Amino acid sequence: MGEIIGNIHSIESCGTVDGPGIRFVIFMQGCPMRCKYCHNPDSWGVNEGTNYTVSEIMAKYDGVKEFVQNGGITVTGGEPLLQTDFVTELFKDAKNKTIHTALDTSGVTFNKDNTHKIDELLKYTDLILLDIKHIDDEEHKILTGHTNKNILEFAKYLSDKNIPVWIRHVVVPGITFDEKYLSALGKFLASLKNIKALDVLPYHDMAVSKYENLGLEYPLKGVKPLTKEEAIEARDIIIKTYKKEVVNYL
Amino acid sequence: MAETLLDKKLYPETAFVPGKWQSEINVRDFIQRNYTLYEGDSSFLEGPTEATKILWQECCDLLKKERENGGVLDMDTKVVSSITSHGAGYIDKDLETIVGLQTDKPLKRSMQPFGGIRMAEASCKSYGYQVDPEVSEIFTKYRKTHNQGVFDVYTPEMKAARHSGIITGLPDAYGRGRIIGDYRRVALYGIDRLIEDKKEQFKSLEGEMTPERIQLREEISEQIRALGEMIELGKIYGFDISKPARNAKEAIQWLYFGYLAAIKEQNGAAMSLGRTSTFLDIYIERDLREGIITEAQAQEMIDHFIMKLRLVKFARTPEYNELFSGDPTWVTESIGGVGVDGRPLVTKNSFRYLHTLENLGTAPEPNMTVLWSKRLPHKFKEYCAHISITTSSVQYENDDLMRVSHGDDYAIACCVSSMVVGKEMQFFGARANLAKCLLYAINGGIDEKSKLQVGPKYRPVTSEYLNYDEVMERYDDMMEWLAGLYVNTLNIIHYMHDKYCYERAQMALHDRDVKRYFATGIAGLSVVADSLSAIKYAKVKTIRDENGIVVDYEVEGDFPKYGNNDDRVDQIAVDLIKNFMAKIRKHYTYRNSIPTMSILTITSNVVYGKKTGNTPDGRKAGIPLAPGANPMHGRDMNGAAASLASVAKLPFDDAQDGISNTFSIIPNALGKDEIFVGDLTVSFDPGCCETNLN
Repeated sequence: MGEIIGNIHSIESCGTVDGPGIRFVIFMQGCPMRCKYCHNPDSWGVNEGTNYTVSEIMAKYDGVKEFVQNGGITVTGGEPLLQTDFVTELFKDAKNKTIHTALDTSGVTFNKDNTHKIDELLKYTDLILLDIKHIDDEEHKILTGHTNKNILEFAKYLSDKNIPVWIRHVVVPGITFDEKYLSALGKFLASLKNIKALDVLPYHDMAVSKYENLGLEYPLKGVKPLTKEEAIEARDIIIKTYKKEVVNYL
Repeated sequence: MAETLLDKKLYPETAFVPGKWQSEINVRDFIQRNYTLYEGDSSFLEGPTEATKILWQECCDLLKKERENGGVLDMDTKVVSSITSHGAGYIDKDLETIVGLQTDKPLKRSMQPFGGIRMAEASCKSYGYQVDPEVSEIFTKYRKTHNQGVFDVYTPEMKAARHSGIITGLPDAYGRGRIIGDYRRVALYGIDRLIEDKKEQFKSLEGEMTPERIQLREEISEQIRALGEMIELGKIYGFDISKPARNAKEAIQWLYFGYLAAIKEQNGAAMSLGRTSTFLDIYIERDLREGIITEAQAQEMIDHFIMKLRLVKFARTPEYNELFSGDPTWVTESIGGVGVDGRPLVTKNSFRYLHTLENLGTAPEPNMTVLWSKRLPHKFKEYCAHISITTSSVQYENDDLMRVSHGDDYAIACCVSSMVVGKEMQFFGARANLAKCLLYAINGGIDEKSKLQVGPKYRPVTSEYLNYDEVMERYDDMMEWLAGLYVNTLNIIHYMHDKYCYERAQMALHDRDVKRYFATGIAGLSVVADSLSAIKYAKVKTIRDENGIVVDYEVEGDFPKYGNNDDRVDQIAVDLIKNFMAKIRKHYTYRNSIPTMSILTITSNVVYGKKTGNTPDGRKAGIPLAPGANPMHGRDMNGAAASLASVAKLPFDDAQDGISNTFSIIPNALGKDEIFVGDLTVSFDPGCCETNLN
């Protein structure tokens, strides 16, 4: 049997925003979601990308490991769980070398009745960066084209297994920048016992030119980027509800 | 200004830990025995005083006026600048705790014709001034300049190479710079003691009068004269700097007079300050301990000192400013680092220097350079990060790397090259354009732009497609030629600079026998590496003009590009450096200086690009070369760490004068700010806080 192949969009050898420390970040190719604010539309298609074996990736990592000694490896995408087998092999190898591993996922592929593969991957995963796109299911469908039911189930599943999670939430004016939804998110997070950090990501429109280059209509045309002040406000709403609610779970 | 306790208080003989520094000129020994390591945080720092705010506002108004006036506020056209040429000048006398200006008015540019009268005239002319005809006459008819000396000796080949730009930025018409006087000596010893020491040196050089000894004796005489004038300079401002400084204020003032003497006589491309913060901290710590000054006063003096450094200006021509992308002075101050005994050289004053960027706002000058080590105190690292994030005005250099060869009392001359303060100096050598050299190799020495025979008439490449081995063989021959021409051109320049534009003030603050570096440089590293990679791994077709000269290239297929941590091409870059340096080393270097090389065209890469035709990597004529050791723009596809890994392979032993990699990043791409909440766990899980925030 040949070595397992991963289909990869790109590699960032000096990532500073996808997990703790300076990280070697692998962007997997292919995503089933079509989030309106996606800033990597070029990572959607499953038929594009470049093939790499685990050992090829690890060789690249070795070449820059001095720079990422306080960080580790993050696999993001695209949606890395479309290639769970590859990511599992990669993380297994990384853990053998005591490298910190982080998985940035939307959890969209999670199926609570079939957790065999994800369980295997979680054995080698130190941290999950879980992207909750929208707390309201109907709104989630409008924003991403998918239900959020299994995503929230995935969050609970990780909580039950007590796997450390950072929550990432993009706040978009007119979509998620709404007190109702932000408090609902805070309330939901309070029900989880494994949340280590909250990363509120203000929506930006830096991807507009990417859409143009790909000949795609930009879905959020005219939506203003969220200001830093608004992001702080959003964060505070989530945290306030979270802290209020979390007492009930102690 | 009213005399305060601060002015009166004298240092008793026993104020400092005694040591070798008393019996010999040895500032490092003084620092090592007396400095107080500070490992705390920045909370002790004080904001600007009212006087600082008013003074700085006055400076800002002047700087604004200068910009509005087209870049220059005022120029001296009559008085040839020397240590004592001008009367006292002030910004606002009553408010300044540290005084002294280059001329009698702030931002009035001094006239320094010893490097070259034509440059002085041109710089005046370009701003609508005219050098006094009498001065012009003296420096044309009666007093030879460095520039004239050089051109009296240049060969036709040197002039052609200079004109075509295969050798560029040569300091043959202005001050060479890059020499750092040990200005701390003025404060620690006072000028009388330094003169005494120089007289002993002079005496030690009797006997057989070889040309070398005659030259050195003459130089020491000049140094002694300069030291005497420094005392005069102090007197002009009402101070007696013949004796050691007695308190922090005097220490800063004495040190600054040393530096001021240097910049009154030299308009070098880089006029670094050295490594002064920890030295001065010894005086400040003592005054604080004795209750002579408060922290607010200490910061005020540092703020005022730094303000002076921000006003350092030279008369330049627009072409000069184009080469350096602005009007830089490279007043580089090296901060921090770690001692050879393992103690970090971080003091409260390291913080105070950086804090000026907050008190006075951001500024490119003085060029605050942190000598970075893994072993710097954590709180200091945090403060550096904070200042970098808020001001983007801090440069970092790898102390762990440089300490090995330069010890713990070196400073950065210009942007990267390191010198042991007071013991080493360098002959700045601009750079050779290796990208152009490759084009000469292909065209048999014919310049691709002017079509003139500039290089030697070697056999050109005649095939349609470039063959790697053939190109390499020709390139090797052409580099051999270039290295020889380059070194010999520099030999002339530095001989003449010593003869007609000697840095007597700076060298007076050096030991008798200085170690001299012969600082060569190269431009176009990544273009050449990528070009050779294209020739080796893809197919490169030549496009010729009607005379058969290759003027363009077509690359067919892909090839490994420098900056992606790919050994196939990175090794080409490594070999190139080793090879060119080996060729440089074959030649005699003026005053038996030690040849070094730098890869650090930080700004001039734009001008070099203009002078370089199409290259085999697909780069079009006129496109800037990548700065320093950077990959060509947009060719590093694997992020910063891979790009840095490529740079990190370059051999420091063959490029000891520095390797630069300019690294810019979109704000916010470099980590999280306060929106990020990383302590959620503590609210319900106090035993577990493992999140390692960046």
